Amino acid sequence: MKRLIFILPLVAFAIMAVYLAIGLTKDPRALPSVLIDQEVPPFDLVAIEGRDRGFKHGDLLGEVSLVNIFGSWCIACRAEHPFLMKIKEKNWAPLHGIDWREEDRQAGPAWLARFGDPYTLIGDDPKSKAAIAFGVTGAPETFVVDKRGFIRYKHVGPMTQDVWDETIQPMLEELRKQ
Amino acid sequence: MIVEIGHFALILALVVSLVQGTVPLIGAHRNDAAWMALARPAAIAQFVLIALSFAALTHAYVTSDFSVLNVANNSHSAKPMMYKISGVWANHEGSMMLWVLILATFGSAVAIFGQNLPPSLRARTLAIQAFIALGFLLFIVLTSNPFERIMPAPVDGRGLNPLLQDPGLALHPPFLYLGYVGLSIVFSFAIAALIEGRVDAAWARWVRPWTLAAWIFLTAGIGLGSWWAYYELGWGGWWYWDPVENASFMPWLAGTALLHSSIVVEKRDTLKGWTVFLAIVAFSLSLLGTFLVRSGVLTSVHAFATDPARGVFILVLLLVAIGGSFALFAWRGPSLSATGLFVPVSREGALLLNNLLLTTASAVVLLGTLYPLFLDAMNGGKVSVGPPFFNAVFIPIMTPLFAALAVGPFLAWKRGDLPGALARLKLALGLSIAAALATWYVAADGPVLAVLGMGLAVWLVAGAFVEMASRIHLFRAPVVESLRRLRRIPRATWGMTIAHLGLGILIAGVTGSSAWKVESIQTMTPGQTIDVSGYEFRFEGASGVGGPNYTATRGRFVVSRDGTRVAVLKPEKRVYPVQGRPTTEAAIKTTFLGDIYAVIGEPEGNAGGYVTRLYFNPLVPWIWAGILIMVVGGLFSLSDRRLRVGAPSRREAPRRKDPAQKARA
Repeated sequence: MKRLIFILPLVAFAIMAVYLAIGLTKDPRALPSVLIDQEVPPFDLVAIEGRDRGFKHGDLLGEVSLVNIFGSWCIACRAEHPFLMKIKEKNWAPLHGIDWREEDRQAGPAWLARFGDPYTLIGDDPKSKAAIAFGVTGAPETFVVDKRGFIRYKHVGPMTQDVWDETIQPMLEELRKQ
Repeated sequence: MIVEIGHFALILALVVSLVQGTVPLIGAHRNDAAWMALARPAAIAQFVLIALSFAALTHAYVTSDFSVLNVANNSHSAKPMMYKISGVWANHEGSMMLWVLILATFGSAVAIFGQNLPPSLRARTLAIQAFIALGFLLFIVLTSNPFERIMPAPVDGRGLNPLLQDPGLALHPPFLYLGYVGLSIVFSFAIAALIEGRVDAAWARWVRPWTLAAWIFLTAGIGLGSWWAYYELGWGGWWYWDPVENASFMPWLAGTALLHSSIVVEKRDTLKGWTVFLAIVAFSLSLLGTFLVRSGVLTSVHAFATDPARGVFILVLLLVAIGGSFALFAWRGPSLSATGLFVPVSREGALLLNNLLLTTASAVVLLGTLYPLFLDAMNGGKVSVGPPFFNAVFIPIMTPLFAALAVGPFLAWKRGDLPGALARLKLALGLSIAAALATWYVAADGPVLAVLGMGLAVWLVAGAFVEMASRIHLFRAPVVESLRRLRRIPRATWGMTIAHLGLGILIAGVTGSSAWKVESIQTMTPGQTIDVSGYEFRFEGASGVGGPNYTATRGRFVVSRDGTRVAVLKPEKRVYPVQGRPTTEAAIKTTFLGDIYAVIGEPEGNAGGYVTRLYFNPLVPWIWAGILIMVVGGLFSLSDRRLRVGAPSRREAPRRKDPAQKARA
């Protein structure tokens, strides 16, 4: 019995070591989305002020596109904004926006008027209806959606040139071939 | 050339550590005096070689030799000299160099000061120390070589993470490492004792000063790191339960437990297996901390080196060091028999309670830190464990610990008198209840836990004073007699009382800053005034200023209270062009009751407006004061003649100071 107590630390450490070893094989920064390779859940968002068209799941069919979650309150969104403008200028891919959790209906349009509007379609989502459907954990997040309307990838955090070159661009090319 | 000498010295050190690890160990087994004696010169040679190697790397940084890849990646010619030097250890490879340098420093210190250790124990301790060094030297040479050259050499370096260009950062890693690695020598002593199969009072007395030294450095290092986060990150907080903070806090908790349990081994010849276990655990947690930071299994602001190859190497190192020592513990531990009897209500009983609570706390932090990893390994998804978890579990563990802490010193060894001890603490109890009631009265709408926290803080502070007063028979004996007794109090006792007093002040600081922090975030235009906790902050605009290797926006706030000016705060937002990264420099005015704290953010709008964050952080200076007092307590205890390095011997009576010994200490 006494001997067992002295063996206990070794056993506990062995168990911990197994987990540490498994942990080494994982990337702690990769946040998987439960919706990867699933069809975009149905949503239908109204237009933001100043636009006449809203944004709904049917709009995602027929073309490989990007869906970006943003909000005028989100500081990191402002950081990625110049790059989103570049996507639009270079016409790399259709980029749609979900204007998430605005307390004031004017805030989103004012923000876009000030910094530029990179989006093809925008849906207003003050009550997180689409955001919950997409499984959004925070803003900004960018989803890659294929021609059939399936979510293929989710990028958490600001979009940057590095992420674009290494991940998004190759993926878009791949999906366009399908 | 100098760089190559450094590289060569490092490889030589590796060879020396292999010799130092094997020959004395075999010598001790065969009882061969000559083989055992090799440990001392080898330990000193190893220190000299690693110091030479470290000096060569430092030279490359000071002279901005960008043909060295590590220097090119982490330094820049425009950097102030202080940060060129601190840049040596503010990156992965260099920090590992600092790690082995300190490891070798402790090894050579045992070789030099441990002259009256039994030869076999000294040989085995130094051999184990050499094996740890061997592991880390291999790690450096194979996966993290700081002496790699780059051809062609770049014109200038890529700089150092601007967040890290700060005096707090320049200092906190060396202190933390002195603490982490200081525990290595205690670990080596414990393994040596397990091999010898003997743990006794003399062993405990040899180990205590090393534990104490490591504890002092660790306390100071954690304090400095926390202080740095407080003024540099600009979030107004001083502790975030970040995985890397936890990595330093776990060895601290285990080391604190060890510090107390080794007293029991020394005085009562019991708790031996437990103390050896703690010695292994304390250093294992340091190693685990290194693994967590360096392997990239957890994300954190501190994880500046994430490379799977390094992770695998450190994991193997962990398996050998921790797995090996726990296996040895399972094999040899049961033979460590205790002679002392154990009565719950006694000094040793109180120290055991301290140990149980501190190790539980340590285990809880370990669980919280690794839980996301466990869950992810089982594909359970990504979670983060944050302050709510730690606060919820920590307070119930710490409350009984602090409550018992003031009582412990009043209990006698072997058999304590609890009612008697409590009777002598009547005054402290009264003051503590009064403080709790006063807190409740003043801040009736505040959190209930603040009442508990303040009560406990006063309980500890008053308890420390009552303890000292009763020790010198204050008011019970003539003043002359009390003074005579005061002079006779051993420094170790002073150390304990001072450290406990410091803890009380620290608790007050933690309670105050968590319970009554006032925060205000807004956009301010010049001339606008915001009231924060009774202080009026008037924003007077911002202007651009330049530094040696950065440009900054400097805001100006005039802070007044009841119409009188209290302070002018000038927080900065700096941009370092080499990396293009901004840092915040909070402006802090410290008052007795708290810090007035201002941070300036991004410009907003066209009217010269800025995003500003203004705080009143009550009692935060008490946190730093408390930590400083705890460190002073540790130093007092360390300076005790009976504990002085090299002083203890297996003889019962303390030896008289001889001049040579005095010079060494």
